[in-house]
Amino acid sequence: MSATALDTSNGTPARRDIQRRIIMTLGPILAALIIAGCILLAVGVNPLTYYGFVLERGLLSPLGVQQTLTRMAPLLFLAAGLIVAFRAGMWNLGGDGQFLLGAVTAAASGPLLVQVLPAWLALFCAFLLATAIAMLWSLVPALLRAYQGVNEIITTLMMTFLGTSLANVLVKLVFLDPSTTVPQTRTLPVEDRLPRLFDTTITSGLLLGLAAILIVHFVMTRTAFGLKLQIVGANPRAAVHAGLGVPKLTIAVFAISAGLAGLAGAVDIIGVQGNVRADWNPAYAMAVIPVVFLARMNGIAAIGFVFMLSVLSIGGESAARRLGVPHHFTLVLVSIVLIMLALAEYIDHRYNQSRKA
Amino acid sequence: MTGLFSEVFLGALLFGAVTAAIPLLLAGLGEQMSEKAGVLNIGIEGMMIFGAYLGFVGAFYSGSLWLGFLTGALGGMVVALLMALLCVRLGLNQIVIGIGLTLGLEGLTALLHHFQFSRSYPRLPAADRTVIPFLADIPILGPALFRQHLIVYMAIALVFVMGYIYRRTQLGLNLQAAGDKPAALDVAGIDVVRTRTIAVLTTGALAGLGGAYLANVGAGIFIPFITNGAGFLGIVLAMLARGRPVWVLFGALLFGVCLSLTTAMQVAGINIPTDVIQMLPFLAVMIMLVLFGRRASLPAALGIPYERGAR
Repeated sequence: MSATALDTSNGTPARRDIQRRIIMTLGPILAALIIAGCILLAVGVNPLTYYGFVLERGLLSPLGVQQTLTRMAPLLFLAAGLIVAFRAGMWNLGGDGQFLLGAVTAAASGPLLVQVLPAWLALFCAFLLATAIAMLWSLVPALLRAYQGVNEIITTLMMTFLGTSLANVLVKLVFLDPSTTVPQTRTLPVEDRLPRLFDTTITSGLLLGLAAILIVHFVMTRTAFGLKLQIVGANPRAAVHAGLGVPKLTIAVFAISAGLAGLAGAVDIIGVQGNVRADWNPAYAMAVIPVVFLARMNGIAAIGFVFMLSVLSIGGESAARRLGVPHHFTLVLVSIVLIMLALAEYIDHRYNQSRKA
Repeated sequence: MTGLFSEVFLGALLFGAVTAAIPLLLAGLGEQMSEKAGVLNIGIEGMMIFGAYLGFVGAFYSGSLWLGFLTGALGGMVVALLMALLCVRLGLNQIVIGIGLTLGLEGLTALLHHFQFSRSYPRLPAADRTVIPFLADIPILGPALFRQHLIVYMAIALVFVMGYIYRRTQLGLNLQAAGDKPAALDVAGIDVVRTRTIAVLTTGALAGLGGAYLANVGAGIFIPFITNGAGFLGIVLAMLARGRPVWVLFGALLFGVCLSLTTAMQVAGINIPTDVIQMLPFLAVMIMLVLFGRRASLPAALGIPYERGAR
C-alpha cells in the first residue's frame, strides 16, 4: 500500500491500487472455484449445477438470503473474537469449545431465567453467563501462556476437545430436558427469543454481531488499549521494554476473545436454535479462522468474508440435499480459497519487491 | 468392580493402549523432526487423515495391509509436499496454511468417503499378528505387547533410529541447526530450505503411516474425521519430549492407556458416559502442560520462514 502511495509516475496510483486489490482478491477466488470444480467433476457432479444451487439458495432466494444473514450472527461474534486474539499475536484456536460452552450455558439458563425475570433481563443475564463461562474456560491457556510461556496453540486446541466433550456431558447428564426422549436441553419458547427484524426471519442477533465486530475494529485501530495489544502482537519483548504489563494484557486478550466466542454460542441459541441437542457441534470457529486471515484481521473486510462464508454454508447445505454432495465440501472450498489467496499475496509481495529493486 | 482387575480386562487395556499409542507415536516422531528443523507443522492432522483415507483405500482394493501402509505414507507425503512448497519454499505463514490444509483434507476425505463407502461401510479383516516366541507366553503382558502387527515393532524400533539420527549423523546436526540457527547452517554451505523440506516430507510420511495404521489396524475401517485430533496430540508429544524420541514413546504409551481406558471400561461394564471418558486423554495433556509446560523447550527459529539475507 505504502509503496504505491509514493509511486506517482504513471496514472492515478489510488485507482490502480484498488484495481490491483480487486484482481488480487477475485482472481484467487476464481482459481479456487475452478480447482474445487475439478474435484466435483471427479466425483461425478456438475460443478456449474452445484455453484448454481449454492448461489440460488444462499444469495438469490428471499428465504435463503434471510437464512444467510441469520447465520452471520454467530460467525461475526467469532470473527470479532479472533481478530482481537490474532492482532495481539495469540493463536486462540479453541473457539469451538468456547462457543459450545457458551451455547450450553445460554440454553441451560435461558429457559429457567425467563420464568422468573422479565424477558429482556433474562436474555441479558443468559448472555452474561455464557460470556463468563467461556472466559473462565480460556483462563488455563491464558495463565499458561502469560506466566509459563506455554504455546497457546496447543493448549487452546486441547481445551476445545475437552470443551466439546464437556458440553456433551452437560447436555446429556446435567441440563437434560426431562419432558422429551431426545437428549437435549430445555427449549427457550419462540416468543422469548431475540426478536426478528421487521417482517423477515432474520434474527436481530445480526445487528449485535455487526455491532460487536465494528466495536472490536474501532478499539483495535483507534484506542490506546488496541494499540497496546498490537504492540504485544508485533513484538512481545519490545512490549515489555515499553513498560506494558504483557501477562495481564495476555489474560485480557484471551478473556475478550473467548467471551466473544461464548457470546457467539449464546446468540445462536437465544436467537435461533432455542436449545442445544446432544452431539451438536457446527465447528464454526475453525471455519472462521481462515476467514479472519483472508480479511487480514480487518473488521470491516471480515464482515464481507463472513457474508461469503455464510452464503457458502447455507447454499452448500441446500446443494448437499439436492445433489447428494456432503456439506463437508464447503470446508474444501474454503481451504482452497485460503491457500490461493495466500499464494496471491505472496506473488503480489514479490512483484512489488522486484519493482522496487 | 470385580471386573476391573481381571486378567482379561488388563490384557485388553494394555493391548488397546499399544494399538492406540502407535499412531500417536508415529505422528509425534514426525512432528518432532519438523519442529527440530524449525517448521511448526499444524497440517499434521491433515496429513494423518489423508494417510488414513489413502491407506484404507490401498489396503481395501489390493487386499494387502502393507500396500495400504505404503499408500498411506505416500498420501501423507503428498500433503507434506504441498506444505513444504507453500511454507518452506515460499515462506507463507505455517499456522494459516497448516489449518487450511487440515480443514481442506478433512472435508475432502469426508467427501470421497461419502461417494465411495457411505452405502456399504466396508471393513478390513482383522490384521494378522506377529507372535514373538517365548515372550508372547508371559501372562497379561505377553498377548498385549508381543502379539502385535509387525509394523508396531518397526514403529518402536524407529524411536531408536531417530535417536541415532539426531545424535550421531550429519543430517541430525543439520536438522537441529535448521531449527535453531538457520543462518549458520546456510553459512556452512548447507541448503536450509532443502533440510527443512526433508524434515517436512518425513513428517508427512510418518503421519500418513500413523493414519493408515489407525484406520487399517486400529479400526479396520475408514470413517470421516477418524483421526479426531490424533495429529494435534502428536504436536503436544513432540513439544513435551524436548527433542528426545524416547520421550515421545513414553508419552504416546501414556496417552494410549488413556484412550484405551475408554473401550476397556465399556468392556468391563463400568457405566460412565463415553463423553466423560473421551475427555481423559485431553485432560491428561492439560495436566502435563500445567506441570511440565515451563520445561517444554522449542527451537529458536520455530515457525519463522528462512529467507537468505533477511534480518
